[in-house]
Amino acid sequence: MSGNGNTQAFTPGEMMTIAASRALKGEDVCFVGIGAPSAACNVARLTHAPDITLIYESGTIGTAPDVLPLSIGDGELCDTAVTTVPVPEMFRYWLQGGRVSIGFLGAAQLDRFGNINTTVIGDYAHPKTRLPGGGGAPEIASSAGEIYITMAQSKRGMVDKIDFYTSFGHGEGGDHRQRLGITTAGPTLLITDLAIWKPDPVTKEFTVVSLHPGVTRQQVADTCGWTVRFAEELAETPAPTELELKTLRDLQARTKAAHAAAN
Amino acid sequence: MAMFMPLAQAVSENLKNGDSAAFEGFTHLIPTAAAHEAIRQGFRDLTLIRMTPDLIYDQMIGMGMVRKMVFSYVGNPGVGLLRRARDAIENGYPRDLEIEEHSHAGMANAYEAGAAGLPFAAFRGYLGAELARVTPTIKSVTCPFTGEVLAAVPALRPDVSFIHAQKADRKGNVLVEGIVGVQKEAVLAAKRAVVTVEEVVDDFDDLHPNLCVLPSWTITAIAVVPGGAHPSYAHGHYVRDNAAYVAWDEIAADRERFAAWMQENVIEATPEDFAGRVKHLRKAA
Repeated sequence: MSGNGNTQAFTPGEMMTIAASRALKGEDVCFVGIGAPSAACNVARLTHAPDITLIYESGTIGTAPDVLPLSIGDGELCDTAVTTVPVPEMFRYWLQGGRVSIGFLGAAQLDRFGNINTTVIGDYAHPKTRLPGGGGAPEIASSAGEIYITMAQSKRGMVDKIDFYTSFGHGEGGDHRQRLGITTAGPTLLITDLAIWKPDPVTKEFTVVSLHPGVTRQQVADTCGWTVRFAEELAETPAPTELELKTLRDLQARTKAAHAAAN
Repeated sequence: MAMFMPLAQAVSENLKNGDSAAFEGFTHLIPTAAAHEAIRQGFRDLTLIRMTPDLIYDQMIGMGMVRKMVFSYVGNPGVGLLRRARDAIENGYPRDLEIEEHSHAGMANAYEAGAAGLPFAAFRGYLGAELARVTPTIKSVTCPFTGEVLAAVPALRPDVSFIHAQKADRKGNVLVEGIVGVQKEAVLAAKRAVVTVEEVVDDFDDLHPNLCVLPSWTITAIAVVPGGAHPSYAHGHYVRDNAAYVAWDEIAADRERFAAWMQENVIEATPEDFAGRVKHLRKAA
């Protein structure tokens, strides 16, 4: 894929990470989920949001890793953090206590209302595939001020009906969160490799609001398991800037070199 | 008071068939050497408790030692799935595995309640989450002051907890540094606690006063096992052996390859082998 008017080519994966990074602000306190969110959060910190507070569930608060961690508990996260707290404190005081503005999650299975399954494919008692499970996500989904989700599009991943509600998004839509007594906003943003999605203000169904450069409606529809709704005024996501691309690629190169050297 | 002893003795004196046991560590300081000793001694019908069951629980499950697992994230950290645990849950191989699944918040709160001597933990959790449907020990309680309905989980009280730490002093006080996870709670919640350490120092006199130190009288036995957290890392001593985590994904994918690997690297190995496994990882720590 080439960037419209941009001299540099970029991949859909890079566009996804960079679009996700742009959503974060310097004043955010962001609980970083396992996998894809980590790169986006650190690109934000290294470009437009140097003051952002990144938290990983291992208890590292205000971490600023030079390379992307292999897991959520790398020593690098602790070495560069403002403080490292025990895991019970992490979940009780900091997440449950309402100190986290953004929870940034990935998903194995996602539905149109931002509900996430990372537990099982198939029946819980007799699963076809046993996935790792929820970890910190069920409470991130209900306690963080709002939830951003990032994942690459596929019919296997974006499904009409998820097999298990690991992390509650908007449930069946509408005011389902409020009916369960959840006071936080829930999923407010979905960034895929093809588009940016936001929930409809009333139904809470994710709606495409911006297509990444060069992406067609048909491509989005063909890689999604539900019937996709598009906003009336559809924007085009600005292509990655030179600085954004360089920051992401340098981060990935440093990460690769560091982890190769350690072994 | 903590007694210093060889690892084989520390495990044989503190773990029994049918026990509930926690081998805790949150990506960092995983007590691998203690788990391997338990495997060599061949315990059966264990209930294993752990927030993040990783390679060592995959190994104990694959060896048929585990009746039940209480957990909140059953993955190979940074790599993917745990294939022996999957084989047990999906196919009942080598035996059926009962599972009790929570979220991290649920497990962390339950350990804390165990350490605090409370019967259960109350917290704001599992809202809309389907775990509350499939896990019978997830219940609710109403706040007597505000009327808010909160999640309730029973306290975790393992028969024995195993952790790995950087240092013990000669009196048997134990220092845990870096990402401390839920280890303090796991020790204080348990009836017995066994700690493996990288090294023993004369005293802790020059330490910062607020560091995480478990007093000697909270610990049953200490064994000195340098490298005992391999392939995870020990902050300040050695880094994570990521190649071993990646390799595990293939080893554990095949039942026979797994059995051969366990024979060579665990059954026929000793605690002393761990020092050699981290030698090339020390420079980067």
